[in-house]
Amino acid sequence: MTAGVQWTRKDLLGLKDLSVDEIELILDTAKSFSEVSQRDVKKSPALRGKTVVNLFLEPSTRTRVSFELAEKRLSADAIGMASGGSSMTKGESLWDTIANIEALKVDIIVMRHGSSGAPHRVSNYTHCGIVNAGDGINEHPTQGLLDIFTLREIKGKIKGLKVVFVGDILHSRVARSNVWGLTKLGAEVVICGPKTLIPWGIEELGVKVVHDVKKAIDDADAVTLLRIQMERQNETLFPSIREYASTFGLTLQLFKRAKPDAILMHPGPVNRGVEIEGALADSSQSYILKQVTNGIAVRMAVLYLLSGALKNE
Amino acid sequence: MNKLNGQSLKNLLIKNARIIDPVNSIDEVMDLHVQSRKIVKWGKNLQSDDAETMEAKGLCLMPGLVDLHVHFREPGYEHKETIESGVQAAIAGGFVACVAMPNTRPACDNAQVVKYQMERANLLNFNLLPAGTLTQGREGKKISEMAEMKASGAVAVTDDGNWVVDSGVARRAYEYAATYGLPVMTHAEDPTISLNGVMNEGIVSTKLGLRGRPNASEDIATARDIELTRLCQCHLHVQHVSTRGAVDMIRRAKAEGLSVTAEATPHHIALTDTEFVKYDTFYKMNPPLRTEEDRLAVIKGLEDGTIDAIATDHAPHALEEKDLDIEKAPFGTIGLESAFGVVMTELYHGRKWKIGDVIRKLSVVPSEILKKTNLGRLKAGDHANFILVDLDLEWCFEQKDIYSKSMNSCFFGKKLKGKVLHTFVKGFQYTL
Repeated sequence: MTAGVQWTRKDLLGLKDLSVDEIELILDTAKSFSEVSQRDVKKSPALRGKTVVNLFLEPSTRTRVSFELAEKRLSADAIGMASGGSSMTKGESLWDTIANIEALKVDIIVMRHGSSGAPHRVSNYTHCGIVNAGDGINEHPTQGLLDIFTLREIKGKIKGLKVVFVGDILHSRVARSNVWGLTKLGAEVVICGPKTLIPWGIEELGVKVVHDVKKAIDDADAVTLLRIQMERQNETLFPSIREYASTFGLTLQLFKRAKPDAILMHPGPVNRGVEIEGALADSSQSYILKQVTNGIAVRMAVLYLLSGALKNE
Repeated sequence: MNKLNGQSLKNLLIKNARIIDPVNSIDEVMDLHVQSRKIVKWGKNLQSDDAETMEAKGLCLMPGLVDLHVHFREPGYEHKETIESGVQAAIAGGFVACVAMPNTRPACDNAQVVKYQMERANLLNFNLLPAGTLTQGREGKKISEMAEMKASGAVAVTDDGNWVVDSGVARRAYEYAATYGLPVMTHAEDPTISLNGVMNEGIVSTKLGLRGRPNASEDIATARDIELTRLCQCHLHVQHVSTRGAVDMIRRAKAEGLSVTAEATPHHIALTDTEFVKYDTFYKMNPPLRTEEDRLAVIKGLEDGTIDAIATDHAPHALEEKDLDIEKAPFGTIGLESAFGVVMTELYHGRKWKIGDVIRKLSVVPSEILKKTNLGRLKAGDHANFILVDLDLEWCFEQKDIYSKSMNSCFFGKKLKGKVLHTFVKGFQYTL
């Protein structure tokens, strides 16, 4: 499907910039890597001799662990750096941190940062490949890719699927990456939440905004729930968790409005009883843990493609 | 750092310049004679046996520019700018007078700071016009000592970046300012709406995943201030108008006869929020760059007289501050050195403005708003405060053109047409 497409970027900053061919190349590459994690010896030599730094300047567990495993399964030398243990708490600027990492002859920096655009800004100043592992409220491309990968794996296609996102879209980099990717691949994307949690003018990106969660999930092929990001809110955007849960929380009962074979996804962490009823999270239609597994393959694919492009430079 | 040295004018005859002065209705190729730093006269074929002559054929001589809005950061933030470096930037841009905003540390909220700034500028032979604060410490609570500040030379009052949110305090502060005939300069923005926005709220901010500041925060503040102007009978000067809504409201207020004036910046005239695509903090300013629709409304406001003046909002910040995360980097762009070129490029060349209208917005009207009638026009017997410019010189704005202590310009790499070549301030000549 993606024969002949060559990966030329040294960075993966977001799905906004990628072409359909590039997205499909990553997905196809991930498919071949997903087999590695099934083996007894979960190891591929693809990144042997490469050094990857995981620069996580914002709290993260699942993404960081997923990247670390992806790097190790590719035989890369991986080092973790978190904000708490780094010189940035001593006042070092991000630019100096990146310059120092580059001076250590590192090939790829996986970067999580609380400020939108931070990886975009540093990518111009370093020869290292930059993988955006989440920047502010902007993008989380590998999460978007693994969501799309999971969807494609189960549904066999993306084009024409109705994919619904319910929750805090305003603060969600996961939703933004999904919107960019899914609209490019021809899905019908529906966004649902109170007006206060929907970014201005998002319809212009080719998505439909529906405020009634029942209508939103009618005949959906997939529903992704997003948690309320309390840590990013410094204003009142909804009256109470209780009202949010009662109006936008998804239950098994409500989920029946979606197609019978609809799948439920969640980028985590899950807040049971808020955006999702526990029983639904544990139901057979829930692919939350499948997403986690697929995350490793997608991240392996991204690291592999980037390192190839770096070699070509 | 670049440095301009001024030469005190003893006896200079400028030959064959196209002298343009809207106030005196002059637009003619003539000579102008300066002696002992003062303009003696202008006219055709002036002769002087002992004067040094300067050939200015092909150049325009016009009143020096007057900027209603600069940040010179002294005292308190000398790592960004000093009065000396700010004056250098002003002179490099053709400005002979600047209104310095009071967001210094300590804030310019008392006569002592006003005097300090004036003394510093006097040593540099520059027309620095301090603005005092509206409220003490720019805290929006207690009225500042405006009477004393005015007696010491303050030309206006403003809390600049801190709009007085409490309308009751604002009402009394505006009334008090009106007592002393001090214009109230307002940075009309409701911070409770702007909150943590880093750019204009719109489709561009949505695409970039950045929090925005909607037009409404400026529109609401402008509406309130216009109503307070009606109540307090003060002179309201709306700073850096950036929204189409604010332009409309100011237009209506003027039609109703309220004493409202307004300014727009070169960057709001020339740029829109699409500049933000690379997450470059040099485009982070407040008010933010808006949409094309807003930009065109601002230009229309300038053209129909709704917006009286062009002011730079020259806001220097150190590079290491601008290099911070987008949310933490301070707002602002420097603007003095590029202003004339940008305005000429966008309005004179781009929209075929008459040169007299450019001078009105950059010099004549600002001096009238400040009631400084020694500026904004040529006057025999007064200090030489004028500029010599090439209307058609094409140049590219680069780091080497900066005289400010800070480098945060949103116009790097911009191709400009029209350039200041000589600035004459208080009888000193500076050659670029």
